[in-house]
Amino acid sequence: MRLRFSRKTLGIPYAVFLLFFVIIPMLVILFYAFTDNEMHLSFENFIRFFSDPTKLSTIVYSLVIALITTAVCLLIAYPVAYILARSKMKKKFVILLLFVTPMWINFVLRVNAIRELLSWIGLLGEANYFNTIFGMVYDFLPFMILPLYTTLLKIDESLYEASADLGGNAFTTFTRITLPLSMPGIASGITMVFLPSMTNYVVSDMLGNSMVTIIGKFIYEYFGTNWHMGSMVALILLIVVFLSTWLTGGFKEENTVRGANI
Amino acid sequence: MAEHIIELQDVTKYYDDNLVIDHVNLYVNKGEFITFLGPSGCGKTTTLRMIAGFDLPTSGKILLNGKDISLLPPNKRPVNTVFQRYALFPHLNVFENVAFGLKCKRVMNTYRNDEGKEYTKKERLSKKEIAGKVQRALELVDLEGFEKRSISTLSGGQQQRVAIARAIVNEPEILLLDEPLGALDLKMRKEMQIELKEMHKRLGITFIYVTHDQEEALTMSDTIVVMADGIVQQIGTPTDVYNEPANTFVADFIGESNIFNGTVVGDRKVRFCGKIFDCVDDFERNEPVDVVVRPEDVIMCAPEQGALKGTVISVVFKGIHYEITVQVGKYEVVVQSTESRKEGDVIGLNIEPDEIHLMKPKYTTNIFDGVITKHNTVEFADGEFECDVTQLYPGSHIDDEEYLVTASGEKLDLTGTEVRVEVGLTDIEISDDQNAGGTVGNIISIIYKGDHYRLIVRTNGEDEEDFVFATDDLWNENDLVSVIIPKDKIKLSLKHAEDKKK
Repeated sequence: MRLRFSRKTLGIPYAVFLLFFVIIPMLVILFYAFTDNEMHLSFENFIRFFSDPTKLSTIVYSLVIALITTAVCLLIAYPVAYILARSKMKKKFVILLLFVTPMWINFVLRVNAIRELLSWIGLLGEANYFNTIFGMVYDFLPFMILPLYTTLLKIDESLYEASADLGGNAFTTFTRITLPLSMPGIASGITMVFLPSMTNYVVSDMLGNSMVTIIGKFIYEYFGTNWHMGSMVALILLIVVFLSTWLTGGFKEENTVRGANI
Repeated sequence: MAEHIIELQDVTKYYDDNLVIDHVNLYVNKGEFITFLGPSGCGKTTTLRMIAGFDLPTSGKILLNGKDISLLPPNKRPVNTVFQRYALFPHLNVFENVAFGLKCKRVMNTYRNDEGKEYTKKERLSKKEIAGKVQRALELVDLEGFEKRSISTLSGGQQQRVAIARAIVNEPEILLLDEPLGALDLKMRKEMQIELKEMHKRLGITFIYVTHDQEEALTMSDTIVVMADGIVQQIGTPTDVYNEPANTFVADFIGESNIFNGTVVGDRKVRFCGKIFDCVDDFERNEPVDVVVRPEDVIMCAPEQGALKGTVISVVFKGIHYEITVQVGKYEVVVQSTESRKEGDVIGLNIEPDEIHLMKPKYTTNIFDGVITKHNTVEFADGEFECDVTQLYPGSHIDDEEYLVTASGEKLDLTGTEVRVEVGLTDIEISDDQNAGGTVGNIISIIYKGDHYRLIVRTNGEDEEDFVFATDDLWNENDLVSVIIPKDKIKLSLKHAEDKKK
């Protein structure tokens, strides 16, 4: 007998995967978020979260840290990506590789190294927020450089020439050609840096000397004691992330294609 | 005398170490339609890019209205370009694309202040002015109503028109067009050729056009600049370039040609295809020349009335004429005529004296700089060849230890000696086997000369030397071949009187 697979049958394993590892867990979170200890429907967690100033300030702090991290990453990554993408250097991929290699080294090891460095220069425990942001920028920079580099690389050189030909100076060319055409890369870079920097509490714990609490840490701690509250915080984070992705235009078909090919 | 709007003075351009423009001198008259024509890699686009300002000349000057603009950035030059693949901004719509240049523009406006004093201010164009200019430009290219369309929804021809509108809306002194019709299909191309020509008349500005299509160049231009290998081969009107090609390259590149090797045998008499013809060009007696005859200038007649007699070997119908190939002795002559003949017919051929064009041959021999190796071979043109080093010193011989012993008994070590290497045009062979010869290269040019082909092989290494030679075999352009030169055909002479002595 010849085995024949239609596209539908080939899709089954993925459907199963999505069901068990994405859809059911989401439903479980949703269920826990809106129930109390007796498993009765309850909005108490929701109300408690938004009436508790410490919880609210944590989410604001997380947002601020994530925003600063993303902004700093963008400010550092854009010039690097731009210079690399436009240079005619033959070995430029080596330089790109150097920027990206840290990604391949164990994450915990990297954070530990930064911790050692900070304690060596005496900053550990002195400037917790600075240290946290410093560590996050260091960790997430490659995720910003790569999508920017690929989108900038795809901009046809003749467009720059056309702009100059039509009388555009370097500033006009940048603001009216380069920047708008690299928006997809900026959007996917932001998505890839903003989200982890809201949740990655390993960095904030180790470098912020456990004095900086971000929303990820919060969720982790609640799941030790109160699954219902933990689920509620996770759900709220999900909504924040969803909103920020939507705001940066990350859901456009074209953008995912252009930004994601790293 | 016409005004020179652009003048190139001794312009040379290197990309890294590659020479792409070699001491080019030319000028463009104000208001004319000039075309840079040549095969790919001839330097025509680079020349255009230097006028636009995208590339800077390595040496030499570019003058605009007599002012040196060689180092001026593109945004400061009153020229606009229509790019090869249009280079439209994909994130802007048609209106925004066309308005781009106008939005960058600053104009000087003169005002009178309260005290009655005049003062000038640098200002942007108003929105209304921009909209008006864009609309007129779009009308000129027949794209009214397309303002809001996104670039990606336009066809190739429409994109082409947007690109033209985007350039001419700035009212440049010169419009540069870099193979603008290359991406269009044949019919569209013909239409755009006529439209561009019309536009040139209407706008009255200078057009500098780059193409590899000889027909396009002949149809559209007031002046054609034929380029090859970074060198200007000929500058002239389309009629001049077609009727009086300056050399065999131009003759072969523009239109069809019969090209023969000939010898001047007397006062305005030339011998080729085994017969003596009257001609109008004056050359020294016994001088070898290239003879060019256009196929439409060969007249068929009865066998006994022709200066040449031959047999028809092929007849091809080409629409408005027949292309008839005639075997005359060992030569092939191509004839274009509205009359047909049958294969196997014996016919006579005549050529009027003023249709026989004589040219000084560009190549008479191959000369290279070489160095003798320790094995008494010679290195040149990215390769190593066996040679007879004893010809450097008359009466010398090689001893058992590979030293050269001169006639007077002096022992010489020739290693590292710089020599001049000369190889005749008929002394070179090529082979598919890349190990068969002393060096390898690609065939960059093939010209048929009636009974043989003249090939140019350019070596692949750093030296990039050209070997010019005759062969009976037909090869293809770009074939990778090895160059074989028999040991006794390599003529060596010393470059310096001083020699290394043992």
